[in-house]
Amino acid sequence: MKKVFDRFYNLIAVICCLLLIGVLLYAVSLLPSYGEENPRSVEVVERYVEHGLEETGATNIVAGMILDYRAFDTLGESHVLFTALICVIILLGKDKKNMRREYDSYYTVEAESYHLLQTDTIVRLVGYVLLPGLFLFGIYILLNGQLSPGGGFSGGAIMGAALIIFAVAFGFETVDRVFTEKLLKTVTFVALSFYSFAKGYVFFTGANGIDNHIPKGVPGAILSGGLILPLDIAVGFVVACTMFGFYSLFRRGSIGHDITFMDQQ
Amino acid sequence: MISHLWINNEETAAVILFGIGFTMLLFQKNLLKKLIGMNIMDTGTFLFLASMGYIEGRKAPIVTDGVLERTAYINPVPAGLVLTGIVVSVSVTAIMLSLTVRLYKRYHTLDLDVMYERSGHTAEDR
Amino acid sequence: MDFIRNFPLFTIVLSLFSGVLCYMLKPKAARIYTLFYEGFLIVLIGCVLFYVIETGQPFTYVMGEFPAPWGNEIRAGILEAMIALTFLVVEISSISAGYRFLKTDMDESKLNLYFTLVNLMTAALMALVWTNDLFTGYVFLEILTLTSCGVLIVREIGRTTLAAVRYMILNLLGSGLFLLGVVLLYNITGHLLMVPMKETIAELASDPAALQVIGVAVGILTIGLSIKSGLFPFHFWMPDTYGWATPTSAALLSSLVSKAYIFLLFKTYYRAIGIQVLEKLPIHNVLLVLGVLGMVVGSMQAIHTNNLNHMVAYSSAAQIGYIYMGIGLGGMAGYTAAMFHVMAHAITKSQLFLTTPRLAEVAGGNLRFQDLQGSGLKTRVAGAYFTIGALSMIGIPIFAGFSSKLQFALAAVSQSSDKKIILVMLALAVSSMLNALYFVMTIIRIYTPDGRTGRDVMVHHHANYHLPMLVLTLANLLLGLKSDLIIDLIRRGLEMF
Repeated sequence: MKKVFDRFYNLIAVICCLLLIGVLLYAVSLLPSYGEENPRSVEVVERYVEHGLEETGATNIVAGMILDYRAFDTLGESHVLFTALICVIILLGKDKKNMRREYDSYYTVEAESYHLLQTDTIVRLVGYVLLPGLFLFGIYILLNGQLSPGGGFSGGAIMGAALIIFAVAFGFETVDRVFTEKLLKTVTFVALSFYSFAKGYVFFTGANGIDNHIPKGVPGAILSGGLILPLDIAVGFVVACTMFGFYSLFRRGSIGHDITFMDQQ
Repeated sequence: MISHLWINNEETAAVILFGIGFTMLLFQKNLLKKLIGMNIMDTGTFLFLASMGYIEGRKAPIVTDGVLERTAYINPVPAGLVLTGIVVSVSVTAIMLSLTVRLYKRYHTLDLDVMYERSGHTAEDR
Repeated sequence: MDFIRNFPLFTIVLSLFSGVLCYMLKPKAARIYTLFYEGFLIVLIGCVLFYVIETGQPFTYVMGEFPAPWGNEIRAGILEAMIALTFLVVEISSISAGYRFLKTDMDESKLNLYFTLVNLMTAALMALVWTNDLFTGYVFLEILTLTSCGVLIVREIGRTTLAAVRYMILNLLGSGLFLLGVVLLYNITGHLLMVPMKETIAELASDPAALQVIGVAVGILTIGLSIKSGLFPFHFWMPDTYGWATPTSAALLSSLVSKAYIFLLFKTYYRAIGIQVLEKLPIHNVLLVLGVLGMVVGSMQAIHTNNLNHMVAYSSAAQIGYIYMGIGLGGMAGYTAAMFHVMAHAITKSQLFLTTPRLAEVAGGNLRFQDLQGSGLKTRVAGAYFTIGALSMIGIPIFAGFSSKLQFALAAVSQSSDKKIILVMLALAVSSMLNALYFVMTIIRIYTPDGRTGRDVMVHHHANYHLPMLVLTLANLLLGLKSDLIIDLIRRGLEMF
């Protein structure tokens, strides 16, 4: 029975795929044409484009939209990544229980030494050349979220990538001097609770019809867009820390130098 | 119908990608391939959104020269939705990869069927 | 504006903050904080419930300065408040009652992460209950997916991880389909908020081409959410997922997470698509048939299994079938029955999942039926709570299960087509009989002395087990004895929904 099923498995897969694609293609063939404006979306878009600048202070209309008009979605979105970080810590973070159970050499010092790239001159040199530019680029994108494409997530991802390259080129020991688990905890806590309370304050004042006293700034300047810039910075730091946290957890099962565990060994 | 599919060629490509990704996620037995399928599926959705917002001859919605007419810019809403979607996709990929790492360490294979087979034979799992 | 109207916002934002806070706290502090915080939330939502009953009006709450259709919105009515209250009561009970097993299943240093996930899950549940915007629904649905995977994997044995990866894959399929459905709906309506979307769809429905697109969108959205909640052909993940999870997680996943998906689906139908438009599509009949099949097949599989947790999980599949059958029946009576069963099942199933590990504990940690013999005598408290839950599941009067079956029967009789009445009545009869069969068999099994051991294995239960189980039992009895009151409230809630 199972063998017969296995033989037809691929066939079933292809049929399912074609069926799904067929239904979706049928729907697409009835959709409005590509490259034309859908008249039904005008009502919403008009407000975003024509009043977005004065109501949010951001020249980047998309940033104004996701961080002001539809800020509740973005509040949820910024916690999705945090949730993922927690799940990865639970899965890959070393603790007494899973170390007893994992009976392979994945984390041992011997296996680790094969991957030590920081002894390689080329990698170190490229690190020296790339890193300053990468960090600056990340910060630039982070700070210009309200003016140009970019913002918290993209800037934070670049900074996180820079941190990862730093760890690859100069070793975890160098990063650990600055970047500890405590730092990650503090940054995440401060940034996300700032985000929640700032947005909660705006929602509260907005719904109750109270003036929220947040200056909008001059459109086009760095200090503009009301809360968009601080929120972008908060999200950027969280994302950078989380990205590096992922890398560190995948590589060695802990964020930052794990003293307690080393002692037990 | 077919001619309209040709006009909507980007959406067509997007839903085909979605279908391929969906089937891969559902039917592939290798966890990493499943994961790739998931990313293809998400990318299909993002392409669908991006092509939905595009309007011929208009610019990206960033006010640079003081033009504040709707007719100058494309629809900004799908762009915002894609941004949210990407974050979700990254998070999910991270979790799925860490699950894969754990399962590989436990069962020394990436094939789900083999994992189920092996899980029945080890004392701890019973 | 009355200050109470802000409470739904507080429940979401404070839960998100609590999640982040528990990451900083020590494990013990995180647990105590979470319990107190959930108690506080129950008070808040109780206030909202009384407020909406008092005023008789639902209220929408603009998130920020921009009203619909530009900004996000949340909305609270009687039905939403009742569902939210049920969810929180079940959640606080599960956290408290399952803590002992959590401590042994998980390394102590990571316990605070569990409470982080629980708080984020609360935020997602609240947001899904209150939301008035489909895309907000998608975002928080993803948080719910990730947190539910997170609470599953805390038990670090191979089978749980394997169950988690399968659960995750199916959930991802579901989320992908849901997102595509929302995107298709946005494409033709140009709105993401439910109220303007419903208006636009009502306009569009006269155009057959647009109706077909709506049909495809609703179809894939329904498939997505029914994969996630475990409707009949997609219920195969349930036994592994619930069976291998730590008890608290099993209770949370089976009674809250799947119900939240169902509630979101119902909300989408009712508030974003509109029932009139939905009736032009064959969706009701499909759900009815799948629900009925789920009821029967789930119960059959429950009889065949040899593991207590798997049996309870398969019975979950059958109960999800009941809820979908209620939605499929349609009309006020059908929806009322479905929503009543959402609450009844949430309360009963969590009680069962929190009791089974205690029964297994005195049976040498084994959940196989032959080992469970006499376990109800060794731990009389757990046996009694299990019996109460099982009797409610079978549908014995005075318990919640009876009232909901009665409601389903009433909803069936109010149908116009004879075929539907016969089908539903038959399914109810068959499913109840099968239910009774396997639950009564289990009860007899756990109360039959096995002759090997005397009373010497008596287990001591703490107050943090008794109290939540008493709360759940009382809630069960409340739904059973005062069902007319609850039904009346649900009906009023549906009228203003």
